[in-house]
Amino acid sequence: MATVDLKDVKKVYPSGFEAVKGVSIAVPDKQLCVLVGPSGCGKSTLLRMIAGLETISSGTVAIDGKIVNSIGPTERDIAMVFQNYALYPHMKVYDNMAYGLRNRGTPKDEIDSRVRSTAKVLELSTLLDRRPRELSGGQRQRVAMGRAIVRNPRVFLFDEPLSNLDAKLRGQMRVEIKNLQRSLGVTSVYVTHDQLEAMTLADILVVMNAGLVEQMGAPLDVYEKPASTFVASFIGAPPMNLLALTAGSSGPMLADGTAIAFAPEQARAATVGFRPEDADVTFNAEAPSGALVLPALVAAVEPVGAESFLHCAAGGSSIIVRVAGRATATVGNQLRVVAKAEKLHWFDHAGKRVG
Amino acid sequence: MIGQSSSRIFLAHAVLILGILIVAFPIYYTFVASTQTLQTILKPPLPLLPGDQFWNNYSEALFGGVGRIGGVSVGRLLLNTTVMALGIAVGKIFISILSAYAIVFFRFPLRMVFFWLIFITLMLPVEVRILPTYKVMVDLGMIDTYAGLIIPLIASATATLLFRQFFMTIPGELVEAARVDGAGPWRFFFDILLPLSRTNIAALFVILFIYGWTQYLWPLLVTNSNNMNTIVIALRRMVSFADADTQWHLVMVTAMLAIVPPILVVVLMQRWFVRGLVDSEK
Repeated sequence: MATVDLKDVKKVYPSGFEAVKGVSIAVPDKQLCVLVGPSGCGKSTLLRMIAGLETISSGTVAIDGKIVNSIGPTERDIAMVFQNYALYPHMKVYDNMAYGLRNRGTPKDEIDSRVRSTAKVLELSTLLDRRPRELSGGQRQRVAMGRAIVRNPRVFLFDEPLSNLDAKLRGQMRVEIKNLQRSLGVTSVYVTHDQLEAMTLADILVVMNAGLVEQMGAPLDVYEKPASTFVASFIGAPPMNLLALTAGSSGPMLADGTAIAFAPEQARAATVGFRPEDADVTFNAEAPSGALVLPALVAAVEPVGAESFLHCAAGGSSIIVRVAGRATATVGNQLRVVAKAEKLHWFDHAGKRVG
Repeated sequence: MIGQSSSRIFLAHAVLILGILIVAFPIYYTFVASTQTLQTILKPPLPLLPGDQFWNNYSEALFGGVGRIGGVSVGRLLLNTTVMALGIAVGKIFISILSAYAIVFFRFPLRMVFFWLIFITLMLPVEVRILPTYKVMVDLGMIDTYAGLIIPLIASATATLLFRQFFMTIPGELVEAARVDGAGPWRFFFDILLPLSRTNIAALFVILFIYGWTQYLWPLLVTNSNNMNTIVIALRRMVSFADADTQWHLVMVTAMLAIVPPILVVVLMQRWFVRGLVDSEK
């Protein structure tokens, strides 16, 4: 139904601050694209440029192949869900949802049927006569969604819509948003700083940093092959363990002198990383086989239930290792952390992925 | 006020009751005087209970016409003052809400210059610019007209600043949501901004109505005809320095009648903006 194409989009503020430094993203029809990054990375600015709430300094934004740079938000036929919901406080839920349709001159009976059917989908039917202040956070969130859905727009834009909800509700709404987006088949762009939300929702994951796209792709691809140390440490919780390498006589080794097995193309790497779940711990005295065998001192144990995280001092820095179930290690234990060669990620001096 | 001892509660009430007496007694005494004959008033002491001249005095003042102010009835004076006070209150709100809207929500060249221009008019109250204003009114032929009474007092930096402060508390997301929902500047103003400003408008209306009602200097200058007098001026003119000349019973009636509309406005609008406070939330 609609695609969103960004070509070399830049945003320079009058003060000279460059918020977005040339971003190109193509969102295919019916896909959900998540922009994720730390605060100040330009993701919200980018979303607002797609919405038409922010002018585009250079580059083009196209919806459905048509460049919309100079078109206002109304004519772009988009709907947006805001972080603070931005419900009209003096209007009832019904009027909040109907407002956009009324402004477009939709006939009254059609507005009524659309509002009521949308309310049914979102389980808001009994709340239509309430005002926003009489609703809970989750219900307000639903109304904000309903206001977007009822318009039947070409593109949905979400600006951190779940960040004001508590953890449990957030998990619930995450699934709901995903299902709704699937069933409605509306192309969507979703901004969040929560990597878990990004991973679970995205068809296309775009990791942004300092106004630029660090990596773009299917969430699991990004997870398995992070393109840079930034992505490696941003995506995944707890983050990937990154260890600095120094050039030894025969090739790279860890800062504290621990040897590491490497392939020829990895000889110039400056950082090596592995995910907390990709390493094993062992108390065995004989040296286990693995590309990286790291003597480690347990500094803290975090039991989560199904798994435990061991915070260890190893290789000259602090690392986190995940073990299934209860941890047998306790604080002060000496053990060895073992990672297989295929589970290691290598990055060069600029932080880019090697090999 | 939790856990207050009974003596402190007693003290608090005593102070409050005393305060009310100090405020209310003169008004009550004026009412008493307005129900007496002129002879009773001129022969002290004045009784503490209302007399039997209520209907006579009030109907004489309202419909009869009072000699010292050119035979104009108090009814006419009340009408004049109401028109002026309403005109000033509504006009001030209308102009200031629009200018605040422009200054807060639109980006145009010299925006801040205009803001400061409005702001510095706070330093130019009516009294300071009264002569040039009077000259302008004469040249425009607005002496002895409602327009002449209202228009020079209608610009309000205070109200503009008040609306500006309020508008600046409206979250940017709400403005953007309205834009995405297809509301243009006028729609946004009427559908969203105006309803959200109800409380402010009600409060301002009360203040400005009373401001207009109690205007003295300007109406004194700009009205010559007795027919266009406001009640405050007429009240002053009814009192002569020679006691015998003054029809004190009618003065008292006029004073009583003069405070009724402001009280009505306060009482009625108070319900309004209490409801506004309860209803609205940003």
